[in-house]
Parts: sequence; structure tokens; C-alpha cells
Amino acid sequence: MALNNPLAIDIENLGFRYPGNSDLSFSKLNLKIAKGERFGLFGPNGAGKTTLISLMTGLLSVDEGHIKLLGKEVGKKNNQVNKLFGFIPQDFSFYQELSTVENLEFFGAWYGLNRQTIRKRTDDLLHILGLEEVKDKQVQKFSGGMKRRVNLAIGVIHNPKILFLDEPTVGVDVQTRYAIINYLLELNKNGTTLVYTSHQLSEAEGLCEQVALIDDGKIIAHDDLDKLLKDYRQDSLEHLFLNLTGKDFRNDV
Amino acid sequence: MFKLWSTVIKDIRILWRDKVGISLMFIMPIILVVVITSIQNSTFQLVNKNKLPLLICNKDTGKISSELIKDIGKIGMFKVSLVSGVKDEKSMSEAMHTKDAMLGVIIPSNFSSKVAAKSKNIAGKAMSSFGLQGDTVKHAGDVDPLTIYYNPVLQESLKLSVAGGIRSALQLVESGETLKSLYFSINEKQLPESLENEMLNNKTAINEIPVSKDGTRTTPNATQHNVPAWTIFAMFFVIMSLGGSVVREKVSGSFIRLKTLPTNYAVGILSKQITYMGVTMIQAAVIFSMGIWLFPHMGLSALNLPSDWLALFIVTLVCGWCAVSYAICVGVFADTQEQANGFGAVSIVILASVGGLMVPSFAMMGFFKSAASLSPMHWCLQAYYILFLEGGKLKDVINNIVPLFIITIVLQLIIFLGLKRKNLI
Repeated sequence: MALNNPLAIDIENLGFRYPGNSDLSFSKLNLKIAKGERFGLFGPNGAGKTTLISLMTGLLSVDEGHIKLLGKEVGKKNNQVNKLFGFIPQDFSFYQELSTVENLEFFGAWYGLNRQTIRKRTDDLLHILGLEEVKDKQVQKFSGGMKRRVNLAIGVIHNPKILFLDEPTVGVDVQTRYAIINYLLELNKNGTTLVYTSHQLSEAEGLCEQVALIDDGKIIAHDDLDKLLKDYRQDSLEHLFLNLTGKDFRNDV
Repeated sequence: MFKLWSTVIKDIRILWRDKVGISLMFIMPIILVVVITSIQNSTFQLVNKNKLPLLICNKDTGKISSELIKDIGKIGMFKVSLVSGVKDEKSMSEAMHTKDAMLGVIIPSNFSSKVAAKSKNIAGKAMSSFGLQGDTVKHAGDVDPLTIYYNPVLQESLKLSVAGGIRSALQLVESGETLKSLYFSINEKQLPESLENEMLNNKTAINEIPVSKDGTRTTPNATQHNVPAWTIFAMFFVIMSLGGSVVREKVSGSFIRLKTLPTNYAVGILSKQITYMGVTMIQAAVIFSMGIWLFPHMGLSALNLPSDWLALFIVTLVCGWCAVSYAICVGVFADTQEQANGFGAVSIVILASVGGLMVPSFAMMGFFKSAASLSPMHWCLQAYYILFLEGGKLKDVINNIVPLFIITIVLQLIIFLGLKRKNLI
């Protein structure tokens, strides 16, 4: 697979094991994601998706090899690297007691934005994600879909160059999914690299250009989605997934 | 600075919306201060104004026992009620229960005659020693003991005061009787009442003066003792909100995002310290204000603030910082809110006990006396007592502020190591 654009993410010979676990979660794993890509990372439960994203975002520390985001090494709490990306975790990652605006004000400040920028970005995001009417209400009173939009807004308030999305649309209605996916496509058009992981494979087909399938800590396929479907003679990402990872249950303990 | 400011605002907003937390930090300690001060005030008044109910069953028919009863009444400690028909311990217990008395005394049937005989004997011996002839009573014998019954709820110190009071009344009666016998033996006439009073009641006066550093002589009261003490407890009570808040943040989804942001979590911890130190200062201000303006309307003495306001501010600030540091420390190491709240609540009660809030440190024995210096509440309390009770100044509380400051720094160090160990900073 040839990459024409400069790299957004460069993972080389990655080795990682959880403390107290003798088995390596990853061993000599390599992955390159070009700038501006819409990249999807898929795999069964326990395959290592969340661990890999945690390593890329610095939540976990690399044991061997290295991970670079836009040429900068991901390390323990590296503020220069942390400014480059946004992270939308699967769990609601904000203060439920605060309103949307209050959450955006706080997280904007922690992203290093000034007061004016926060105000402007808050107004834009409230408008784009349809949260203007409820901007001053406590988030804990919101529906699941509204909370997903707040979760997304916080992760993109600083206009990140790379956006990590872990199941960003789980449990939302069709309207919210449509709004979120459209917004992500819009962000990508403006240059943000998307790293997306989800079990919603039909949704992923509409969003991702490049995909990687991961199982048991190894990348078992990585290429352009259309090319992969063609190579493996599959008509959908779901069938490709089942073909490569099998139909057995996975018990992720 | 903007990050810290935004975080403080965030913490204030969350705290303001946490009604249960606010109740725990303000309403509960306020109730505690009012209740404890009122109860302690009753104890103060029990000694100074209220009187202990005392039942006396006088089985004697003589004059001396009546004088003894009169003298016991003069002590001023007892509200004496006379009962009859009490034969033994069981019937005294019933009578005390019926009359709601804390104490009971049975004067034996031959008390007056035996005291008179004993006095005559002593007077005779005295006359003999002067080389004069005096009357002695053969087989005078010992006076049968007075029996004091007391309710077991009566504290040891109070019980000793009671026994001392009755003993002094008894001694007065016995001395009076001996004096009369001696006078009669010498002069063959009765001791004049005026002389008797002069000889027995003309005691040297005892002045009681509270020692203070600023020379003021204000008598300490329940308010002056309890308001500072329970303000300290209230400040440490922030653990119920702050300890849980640290844990809640740690286990909530928001923390995962915080760890990926270009800001150190130390900012978050610093913000909590600033916010909750503000809370402890407000707690102190509210409780002191209540002591000054509300307590007099509740029949309690008003709180007198120390003259050195700067010292009061510094002691309160360091005490608040220590309380906040302790709460954060517990929050950093606890894995669940239940752990933080449970350990927090029990540990501050222990620290309060060891620190002398419940029993004065000077009354503690051996190990606990040494352990008191490990409790930050002990140093806060000593500093407050110097300011509130002894009229001390800043220079007088430095020796208390320094250990408190050292304990706080140690707690800060533990917080730092805990955050490092848990990979949170």
C-alpha cells in the first residue's frame, strides 16, 4: 500500500504488554496512516482496538518501538503531541453536572484555547450539532443522542489535526448518526485525519476510505476499503470482517 | 492561569450543584456545633448554675444531722430533697428513680449521738493534753459511715466533686461539735453563736482567675470552648464532598479525556485545593458568625473573637489547607466513592478524638498523649484555644502552625506520589 501524503500517524515495531500480563498485546506492530485519511480500525472484542487507540493517544505507554503523530513522538503526557489530536471516547467524557457551554469552556481552556476562541468555537459547534436551544441545560438531563453530540463537540473544539473516534455513534437515533457522520466528513474535508473504530460496519463503510482489521493484537488486513473488498471478493465490510476473523464468539476477559 | 481559573470555575459550579455535598459541609457541622455547644453549656451550668438533685434520707433524729443537711445545702451544688422510709440500697434506688435524682445520701440513725460522743471524746483528750481535766466518753466508738448513692451516668470528675463537697460539710459539722465541746469544757457554758460562726465560717477566700496572654479576664464558657473545636471538625468534614469528588472524577469518563489533554492534572488538583480552601474559610466564617450573633438568641453565650484577626485568619487558612489536603489524599488513594466516604468519615472522628476535640489532650494517657501530636486537629485546636481562650497573638501560635504546616506538606507529598504512582500526572 503506497502512501502519497505525509504521515499523520506512524507506528513502528510497536510492542506493548499490560502490567502483570506475560503475553504481549502487540509485538512488532506497524501501521501508517496518511494525513487527511478517513481510517477505520475494526476487529472483534478483545482484538486490541481500544488498546491501540489508548497507545496512540498516550493513555498507555509504549513498551517497544514508537508511535509518532505528525512526526512527534507520543510519550507520557506530551503536551505538544496532545494539542494535535482530539479524542472521542466511547464513554461520555464530560461533566454531567455542567451545561454544554460550561463543558466546552472548561475543556477549551484545557486544550490551551483563549477565551475568544472558545466563545467562537462554542457558538459554531452548538449551531452545527444542533445544541443551541439546550446549551445552558445540565448535560445529565440530555438524551443519549444529545450527549453523543456534546461528547463530539468537546473533542473537536480545538480543531484537531487528528481525531480519534471510539464508537462515536453507539446508541443514537438515525438523525443524530446522520448529523455526526456528516460533521465528521466535513471535518475531514478541512484536513482532519479521522481514526475511527466501531462495530457499526455499515456506518463505517460510508465513512472510511482506508480500513485495517485487527485480531489478537495483529493487523490482518490493511488497505483501501474498495481494494480489500475486491481482493477478498466480498460485497460488504461486514462479510469481509467475518471472512477474516471467523464466526466464533470472542470472550474478552 | 486561564486554565486554573477555568478549572476553579468548573469546580465551583459542580460544587454549587451538589446539594447533598453542600449540606454535608455546612448544615451538618452547624447542627453539630449548636447541639454540642448546647449540651456542653448544660454541663457548665450543672456545675455553675444548675444544681444536682440530691435525695437525703435522714434516719437520725438529732440536731447534728439537721445541721449537716443545712451545710450540704449551703455548698450550692445540690438541690436537696428529703425522703423518708428508705431502708436499703434497693429502696434508695427506687426513690432516686422516682424523684429523678442523680445522688442519694442515707444518714444513719445514731449519727448525731455518735458525732457528739466522738467530739466530746476528742475535746476531753485535748483538755488532758493541756493538763486540764475534761470529760471523756467511754466507748464513744466510730460514727457509722454516711452512704452516698449515685447514678452511674455521673462522670467520675463530678462524682469526686460531690464526695468532696459532702466530706467538707461533714467536716464542718464535726469540727463545730468538737469546738463546742472544747469550749464547754473550758468555760462551762455554751459557745456563743457569733464566735462559732467566726471560728468556723471565716475561711480564707479563694479567687479564681483565668490566665490569659493578653491580660483579659473573661471566664471561658461552652461557646468559647466548642465553637473553635467543632469548626475544625467541620473543616475536616469537607472530606465527605471533596474525597468523593476526586474519586468521582477519577472513575468518570471525563478523566480519560483529561488525561489526553495538553494540561497536567496537577492543575485540576490545585483547583480543587483553592475551591475547597474557600469552602473551609466560608465554613469558619459562618460558624463564627453564628457563635457571635445567633447563639445569644438561643440562650448560649456569644462567641468572642480573638483580638488578633491576622492570627485567626492564618490559623484558619492553614487548618483549611490541611483539611483539604487530607481529603484529596484520601480521594487519590480510594478506588470508589464508598471507600473515600467510609474511610473519610471514620478517620476524621479518630483524628478528632486523638486530637483532643472530644477529650482534652492533657487528660489523655501515655500513648494517646504522644499520638495527639500526629493529628492535625490537635495543632489546630491548640492554636485556636490560644487565640480564643488565652487571648494569644500570632507569635503565640507559631509553634502550633509550624507542625500543622509540616503535616500539610507531608500530605501534599503523599498526594503527589499517589498521583505519580497511579500515572495521573
